[in-house]
Amino acid sequence: MIEILSSGRCIACDICVKACPANVFDPMPNAPPAIARQADCQTCFLCEIYCPTDALYVAPNAEGPSVIVEAEVEAAGLFGSYARALGWRRGKPGGADKDPTFRLRAASR
Amino acid sequence: MTAAPQVTRHRNRGETLNLAADVLVIGGGPSGAWAAIAATEAGARVILVDKGYLGTSGATAPSNTGTWFVPPGDARRAAIDRRLALTHGLADPRWAHRTLDTAWEKLHTLADWGYPFPDDETGKPYLANLRGPDYMHFMRRRVRRAGVKILDHHPALELLSVGDAVAGAAGVDRQRNRPWRIGAGAVVMATGGCAFGERILGATGLTGDGYLMAAEAGAVMSGMELSAQYAFTPQPSALNKGLPFRWASFSREDGTPIDTAGKDRHVEIAKALQEGPVFARYDKASSELRTWLRQGQPNCFLPLDRMGIDPFSERWPVTLRCEGTVRGVGGIKLAGNDCSTGVAGLYAAGDAASRERLTGAITGGGGPNASWAIASGSWAGRAAAAFAAQIAGRVDDRAVASLGGVGLRTDTAAEGSDDAAEFVAAVRAEMLPLERNFFRRGETLRQSLTRLDAVWGELRRRSPGGSIAALKLREAAAMTATGRWAYASALARTESRGMHRRLDVSSADPALVCSFEAAGLAQVRVTRGEIRPEVPAR
Repeated sequence: MIEILSSGRCIACDICVKACPANVFDPMPNAPPAIARQADCQTCFLCEIYCPTDALYVAPNAEGPSVIVEAEVEAAGLFGSYARALGWRRGKPGGADKDPTFRLRAASR
Repeated sequence: MTAAPQVTRHRNRGETLNLAADVLVIGGGPSGAWAAIAATEAGARVILVDKGYLGTSGATAPSNTGTWFVPPGDARRAAIDRRLALTHGLADPRWAHRTLDTAWEKLHTLADWGYPFPDDETGKPYLANLRGPDYMHFMRRRVRRAGVKILDHHPALELLSVGDAVAGAAGVDRQRNRPWRIGAGAVVMATGGCAFGERILGATGLTGDGYLMAAEAGAVMSGMELSAQYAFTPQPSALNKGLPFRWASFSREDGTPIDTAGKDRHVEIAKALQEGPVFARYDKASSELRTWLRQGQPNCFLPLDRMGIDPFSERWPVTLRCEGTVRGVGGIKLAGNDCSTGVAGLYAAGDAASRERLTGAITGGGGPNASWAIASGSWAGRAAAAFAAQIAGRVDDRAVASLGGVGLRTDTAAEGSDDAAEFVAAVRAEMLPLERNFFRRGETLRQSLTRLDAVWGELRRRSPGGSIAALKLREAAAMTATGRWAYASALARTESRGMHRRLDVSSADPALVCSFEAAGLAQVRVTRGEIRPEVPAR
């Protein structure tokens, strides 16, 4: 589930408010959005890649909240790690043209 | 019909947003996106409403999906024959041909539009795979470019009708807590399947809303007993993606290997999970495959990486998560090749529609469903536009009736809490456990059905305080209705066939090579549907 919205990284663009399919975030006046409905999070990690400043961290536990603080995520280099793995940058797509999944499909036959 | 993609806007009913269009598409996954584009290509003014956000909503966006993509000719005939042999007699080769034909055409269109397909080893674009986040981001841009008005976070709550025809929908802008009402010449239901509140990718929006709304308009469900597909998932994540498990080995807590060679792996692991925890490890992948797996399926490795687990060398707990009708089969019964539903003005596409004729009694996950979304969306969008053309210009001034019942209107005094979470918990308790849904018995099905009927009865007595509460109650009601249709159909199919596994009748009955149709909300009725054409066994 969504656990961390880094106020240091966030530029309050509110893209996550719009892009989250579960409507987890609420916009706040002149401030970063609030994680308003964490329990509705479906742990899809998509908010992370839509965030232009890698300010969001989704913990792997989909069944409930996790105990983790921003400093741990920062130290482990996890902010933006899914976007980097895909090839997305600054909230924009990239890397689909390098996807080697066709090799997996050939190998799995 | 006016070709200009204009929508009229009135704000003369208090706070309600009133709009009109030729075609209203409900749902912003792939089938809704393709439907919206096809309807505009046919000249319709189109509005697409989504509960979440077109680009991230649904089961496809968080995933990496294969498509069923085979060139015309002998190769295609052979692929269909191979597939049909697996479908336990319930598929129809004509629908496989149609789906492959349209998907072939539309995937080439996607390439022409500039979707960044990778090149295969021969340097040719590989069109048989779509990376979910990129695909749906791309589709959003194409839908916008087509002139479709997209309303994100605008869940539909109910359909509207004029006489016997569906004539729009009403719902709520959940971020502004403002009701909306859209009059339309035709509606495409592209709301996806129902995951019964399971923690899988896309499930937050996949609550079966479209089934409920369509049933209230008189539509019938088909294949609902085929709702027992489960996916291997690293515990406690939501990553219900099967491809890496091709290279997994499984073991019990004490390290004893679970032998799945030559057996149905899902069945073997389901049995083991009923006895205790099960662990997996991707140790069958070569080092080359490991690199491709990490590059090609990064989302599958996120949870394990973030838990500090090396999935190739360490064992980690795995579970089976229910995928309901998402990667199950059942949905709104289609009445014709154009994805009409038998209800005038209502069309269904993607996982909202029954995929029985394409996939038979097995899952369409891993290719067929992705091609089905493209094909059925395109057919439904085009047909809806043609239907709407008959009443073009008169959409605005028709007197419409509201069709929504449970969760919106009640004939008895409201009592009890309107907290939908307790109802969702009750549905989960019946629909998710392996011993109730994966492995079925007449006795447990009847017990669950009785309890789901009671949940439905409670829901009928609730009237929500506002539109947001109504959304939650309607979601709970849709899950409950879907569960009732699923288990009532499962009781009627007194045999085992494909993913419908009855421990009390473990073999297939040659007399039941037919569909089962479920109808009704207050009372669920199940009848035998069409007999399938004979399929040559190969």
